[in-house]
Amino acid sequence: MNDHFDTMPSDITAGSARRDPYMLGRSSGLRDGRSRQEGATGRGEGGPAPKFVTVTYGFWIFLLSDIIMFSAFFASYAVLVNATDSGPTGKQLFDLTRVAVQTGLLLTSTFTAGMASLAIERRSMPGAQAWLVVTGVLGALFLLLEGQEFITMIGENAGPTRSAFLSAFFGLVGCHGVHVGLGVLWLGTMMAQLWVKGFRADILRRLHCFGLFWHALDIIWVAIFSLVYLLGASQ
Amino acid sequence: MTDKTAPSDASTDTRDAAPGEETIARNEPAAGVPGYLLGYGLAILLTAGSFVAARTGLIYQPAVISALVVLALAQIGVHLVFFLHLTTGPDNTNNILALAFGVLIVALIVLGSVWIMDHLDQNMPPMKPQQLALLARCPAERLPGGVGDGPCGA
Repeated sequence: MNDHFDTMPSDITAGSARRDPYMLGRSSGLRDGRSRQEGATGRGEGGPAPKFVTVTYGFWIFLLSDIIMFSAFFASYAVLVNATDSGPTGKQLFDLTRVAVQTGLLLTSTFTAGMASLAIERRSMPGAQAWLVVTGVLGALFLLLEGQEFITMIGENAGPTRSAFLSAFFGLVGCHGVHVGLGVLWLGTMMAQLWVKGFRADILRRLHCFGLFWHALDIIWVAIFSLVYLLGASQ
Repeated sequence: MTDKTAPSDASTDTRDAAPGEETIARNEPAAGVPGYLLGYGLAILLTAGSFVAARTGLIYQPAVISALVVLALAQIGVHLVFFLHLTTGPDNTNNILALAFGVLIVALIVLGSVWIMDHLDQNMPPMKPQQLALLARCPAERLPGGVGDGPCGA
């Protein structure tokens, strides 16, 4: 039906293939045997997407739903932040030096995760393993500091049972910490799998999903250090 | 493995990009090591800006929250562009649409909760003095309404 139309370059795209890397405004060329490179992108006209795209897109949806779960923790924290029950407030409890170190550790680990992803792209086993180790060590140090903070607070009678504010605080920050801990375990698993199985298609997909997960954790930490720690300590 | 059941590469649409794919940004300033370094540098600057805004008197105190929210949103944008390689290209349309829906739900949950709970807080009648006195006298687990007689229950 559209065959006639397909063979005619439209006024908009005529002669502009080189300046149009995304094939905007071009309908599918598959039916009349032309290169699939001319199929319009993002419109599902070129057949099913490769497994790498569908798997990581599914993981992307999971990450967004995980962020929505975090938003419920953020909402309860925002509602309960003043419900201290005459107990300690954030201004008295938060140690911003430790938070600054934690932020630096997690931000650097997200950068090294990116370096690992580039090394995987180059198919460099030593580079990938080295950057993944650095990422994992930075994540573990972050967890160590967070554990130290929680133990200190509980020792000062400021545990999660002290007030609604502290319940919300431990829920939110602890949930992020659990994610980082699971991420470190996943990272160790992926390093072992990469070592044993090499740059196989399924291993590459899992490593890519891990990278997305790790970057998303740092995005959540940005919201936590800004809106929980810095805002709490400045009020 | 399960790859055998997947369509062969020859029949698949290669024009959609996976979220965070390194090849997305090949023609962009956000590509490769320089891209990650640029994102890392921008994120450090914005983080330092947040700490300065909160720790010094540089910003008028009631405006600190706005400064922190803006700096956090800017840093999240830096992460999305330089680390997660989101672009406005049509190969990224599906990724961006999913993200936009996520942002909508997050905004509804957070802003809606704060808005509604703030109104509820304002509309609650203040406690009467005898209620306050009762609260102060009775342990929380033995408030009236429990089993037995007396002001604190059994």
